[in-house]
Amino acid sequence: MINDIQELNGILPFIIVGAGILVSVLIEMYSAKSEKVLPWFSILIFLAAGFHSLYYAGNIKVVMQNMLLTGGIPNVFHFIFNIGAAVLCLLSIDYIKKYGTYYGEYYILLQTSVLGMMCMAGAKDLFMIFMGLEIMSVSFYALAGLNRKILKANEASLKYFLLGAFATGFIVYGIALIYGTAQTTSIDLITARFPVLTGNLLFLAGVLLFLIGFSFKIAAFPFHMWVPDVYEGSATTIAGLFSTGGKAAAFSAIIAALSAIFRGSIHTFLPYFAVISVFSMLFGSIVAISQNNIKRMLAYSSIAHAGYMIIGLAAGNAEGIAGVVFYLTAYTFMNIGAFGIVSLIEGSGESNLELSSYEGLAYRKPVLALLMSVFMFALAGLPPFAGFFGKYYIFIAAVKGNLTWLAIIGVISSAISVYFYIRIIVLMYFRDFQAEFEIKNSNTGLLAVFIACILVIILGVMPGSIINMISSFL
Amino acid sequence: MDTNQLLSFILFTPFVGALFLLVFQKDQEEQIRFFGLAISVITFIITLIVYSKFEVLNPNFQFVQKIPWISNLNISYHVGVDGLSMLLLLLTTFITPLTLLSSWKSIKKNIKEFTIFMLLLEVGMVGIFVSLDLFLFYIFWEAMLIPMYFIIGIWGGPRRIYASVKFFIFTMFGSLLMLVAIIWLAVSAGGVVGHFTTDIVELYSIGPAAAKNYQNWMFLAFALSFAIKVPLFPLHTWLPDAHVEAPTAGSIILAAVLLKMGTYGLIRFCLPLFPEAAMTFAPYISVLAIIGIIYGALVAMVQKDMKKLVAYSSVAHMGFIVLGIFAMTQESVQGAIIQMVNHGLSTGALFFLVGVIYERTHTREISEYGGIAKIVPVFAAALMIASLSSIGLPGLNGFIGEFLILLGAFKSPVLNSWWYTVFAASGVIFAAVYLLWMYQRVVFGEVKNPKMKELTDMTPREIFIFAAMAVFIVWIGIYPNTFLKVSDKSTAKLILQVNTPSQVTLSK
Repeated sequence: MINDIQELNGILPFIIVGAGILVSVLIEMYSAKSEKVLPWFSILIFLAAGFHSLYYAGNIKVVMQNMLLTGGIPNVFHFIFNIGAAVLCLLSIDYIKKYGTYYGEYYILLQTSVLGMMCMAGAKDLFMIFMGLEIMSVSFYALAGLNRKILKANEASLKYFLLGAFATGFIVYGIALIYGTAQTTSIDLITARFPVLTGNLLFLAGVLLFLIGFSFKIAAFPFHMWVPDVYEGSATTIAGLFSTGGKAAAFSAIIAALSAIFRGSIHTFLPYFAVISVFSMLFGSIVAISQNNIKRMLAYSSIAHAGYMIIGLAAGNAEGIAGVVFYLTAYTFMNIGAFGIVSLIEGSGESNLELSSYEGLAYRKPVLALLMSVFMFALAGLPPFAGFFGKYYIFIAAVKGNLTWLAIIGVISSAISVYFYIRIIVLMYFRDFQAEFEIKNSNTGLLAVFIACILVIILGVMPGSIINMISSFL
Repeated sequence: MDTNQLLSFILFTPFVGALFLLVFQKDQEEQIRFFGLAISVITFIITLIVYSKFEVLNPNFQFVQKIPWISNLNISYHVGVDGLSMLLLLLTTFITPLTLLSSWKSIKKNIKEFTIFMLLLEVGMVGIFVSLDLFLFYIFWEAMLIPMYFIIGIWGGPRRIYASVKFFIFTMFGSLLMLVAIIWLAVSAGGVVGHFTTDIVELYSIGPAAAKNYQNWMFLAFALSFAIKVPLFPLHTWLPDAHVEAPTAGSIILAAVLLKMGTYGLIRFCLPLFPEAAMTFAPYISVLAIIGIIYGALVAMVQKDMKKLVAYSSVAHMGFIVLGIFAMTQESVQGAIIQMVNHGLSTGALFFLVGVIYERTHTREISEYGGIAKIVPVFAAALMIASLSSIGLPGLNGFIGEFLILLGAFKSPVLNSWWYTVFAASGVIFAAVYLLWMYQRVVFGEVKNPKMKELTDMTPREIFIFAAMAVFIVWIGIYPNTFLKVSDKSTAKLILQVNTPSQVTLSK
C-alpha cells in the first residue's frame, strides 16, 4: 500500500480531507457551536489540503498499487478544487442563512465532493476515476436539492441525478469496453497499448462513450441541457461549485485517463472535440444574450467556457493541456467571484436574481459593483485579467496544432460573449436603480469575493510562473 | 537613473497617479483636479526630457528597456521609441493635461472617477506607442477600451450607452481577430527562429519570412483591426456616435490620440511585417481612403450638429493619413505621421472650441447660432484658426501634412496613378466648403438668436488651452522641420524595409 513516508506525504491531502469529513460529522453532531465552527473548520481543511498540494507538486509519485498519482498536474487540480471550495465556504457562511438550508450537510457534502474530485484528478486506474466520479456526483446531486422546500431545487436535483446517472452509465459502459479490449484498467498500460488499440473498433467505441459521459459533466453541447436548470435551481454557491469544481474535475479525469490521445493520437478524436467545442462556444455565447436571470446567464456562459477549454483538448499537444489547466485555474476564481457577487446581492427566498436587480448597483454598493466589473471583464477575456491569458494559451496551442480555424471561431465567440458580460456593467454603472431592495452586508462574503478578485488579477499579471510550473509537469 | 528607464516612468506615472487618486475623498474636488493635472504635466515633462535626448539621426529604437515577463512564451516587457512613435508620444502626453484642463468646469459629477479613467487611458495610450512586444501592445490596445467605454458611458450625452457599447464591441471584434493573427505570426516566426516570439524587434529582423504563405490573411487580420480604429470607410460608423455622445474631454482624446493608434498600427506592423500583402492591397485601401475623404466631407457638409460635423471631418482627415501610409513613399509616410500630429491638434482644438460654446449655450445646432463674432470675438478668432488649420491653409499645420501626402501619392510606385492624388485633392476643397460654411453660419451674419447676446467670451483657462495648441499649429505650419526631422530617418528605414524584400522576390 504505502511504501514509505514520501508516499504518505503525497496522499496527505486526501487524508486531510477524509479525516476532515469524519471530524466534521462529529462536530455537527456533538458541538453546540457547530454552526459557527463548522465553516471555519472546513475552510481550514481545504486550505491545508490545497496549499500542501501546491507545495509538494514537484514530488511526482505513483502510490497505492499504481492506482493514484500524487504530485504534478493532479496537485495543481487539487489546489484548484480545495482553494475554490475554501472561498465558497467563506461565501456560504452568510449565504446559508439567506438561502435557508442545513448547514451541517452542506459543508460535509462539500468536503465529500472535493474528495471525489481529488480522486478523479489523481487517478491512475479507470476504477479510481469511476470511484471519484461517483463520490463527487452523489454529493452534487444532494447539494443541488439541499433545500427541500423550494420546488426549483427539487427539480434541479432530480434533473441532475437522472441525467447524471445516465451519463455515468455511459462512462461505465465505456470503461467496460476499454477493459474488454485493453485487458486492463490501469491507465499506464492502456496508454502504452494505445497505438495498437486504436485499430480496435470496440476500444474506440469505449473511449467515445467515456468521452460522451464526461462531456455531460463538463457541460458541453449537446450534453448541456441540464446546466441552466440545475444552476438556476441550486443555491448560488452550489452552482458556483458545479461550474468550477465539477467542470475542473471532469476535465482532470479526461486528461488523466486519455493522456495517450493528447500525445500525438488526436486525429481519431479530433472531429469529436472540434465539433462539440464549436457548438458549445457559439451556443453558449449566443443563448446567454437572451437570458434574464443572472444565474442562467452564467450557466450558458459556463457552457461557452467549456467550449474554449475543449479547444485546448482538441489541439492535442502539451501546450493545449497546459492551457486547459491554466484556464481552469483562472476560470475557477473568476466564476466563483461572479457567483459570489450574485450570492451577495441575492435576497432571501431567491429574489433579486433578475438582471434588472443590478441596475444602478454602482451607486449603492460601489465596491461590489467594482468587483463584479472585474469578474465580468475577466470572463469576457479582456487583458490584463486572468481570463485573457487562459484564452491566449489555448489559442496558441490551437494554432500550433494546426487548428487556426478553431481559434478564429473561439475569437468570434468571445466577441459575441462580450455583449452579455458588458451588459451587466452597463446596468450597474449606467442606469439608475429603480427597485428598492435591501442588500445585506456580509463581511465574510466580501472577503471571499475580494480574495477571488486578487487571485484573478495576480493570475492575469503574473501568469508566467504558474504556466511554467504546469508545463514542467507535462 | 538610467535613461532607458524613462519610458517606464512615462508609462507608470499616470498609473501611480490613478492609484493615489483612489484615496482622495469625493468632495475634495479641487484637489482631485489639480492632482490629476499635476500628474499629467509631470508625465509631459518626462516626455520632453526623452525628446531632448532623442537622437534624430538614429533610425533605430531608442530608450529601449527589456525585462523578461513570461519567459515560457518569450514575452517580455519591451519598450522603446523611434522616429515613428516619438511625435505621437509627445502628442499624447501634451494633449492629456490640456484635456484634463478643459474638463475643469464641464465634468461636474464623479470627478474622481473621471480623472482616474483619464489617467488610466493615458497609460494605455502611451503603452501602445512605446510597446515593442506584440503581446504587450495587444494588452494595452484592449485595456485602453475599458476607460474610454466608461468615459463615454457615464459622462456622455443622451445616447451615450448606445454609442459606448457600439464603440466597445466594434473595436473589440477587430482586436480579437488581431489576436489570432498575432498568435499565428508568432507561431510561424517560431518556425523560422526556433522559438515562439512576439517581440517586434525580432520579428522585424526576421521580416516577412515569418509570414510566408499566409501574409495576405495576417495582413488583413491586422489591418481590419486597425481600420476599425482609424476609422476607414466603411468601418467608420461607430465614430460619429462615439464622438457626439462623448463628453468634450472624451471627444478631444478620442480624436487626438485614439484614432492615431489605428494608423500607427498600420505603419508599425502592417507595412514592415507584411510588405508584399501591403503592396497588393494598397490600391484597394487607398480607394477606400479616398472614398472616406470625399464621403466624410460630403456628409459633414449636411450636418446640423457642430460636433457631428467635426466627427465626419475626422473621417475625412484620417482618409488622407491612410492614403499617405499606403502610398509608401518617404514623403507620403512622413506626411502621414506629421498629419497625425496635425489632426490631433486641429481636430482636438475644434472639439475643444465646440465644447466651449456648448458649455455656455447647451446646444450644438448650427441653426441656433449666427453672428456671434461681435459677442465673443476671441472665440471667433480661435475658431477661425482651428478651422483654417483643419482646411489646410498654407502657413498652418494642416497644409504641411496634406501637401506631403499628396506629393508622395502622386509619385508613388505602389499606387502608380495620378487619379488618387486628384481625387484626394478635391477633398481639400470640400473641407474648405464645410468648415467655412459652418463658420459663416455660426460666427458671421446677423444675431438671430437672442440667447446668444448673453454669451461670455473665452475665459483665461480656455484661452490658455487653445493658445497651447495654436502655438504648435502655427509652428508646424511655418517651420515643420523641427518635427519632420524627428521622423525622417525612421521613415527612411521603414521604406527601405518595405521595399527591400520585394526586390528580392522580384529578382528571383
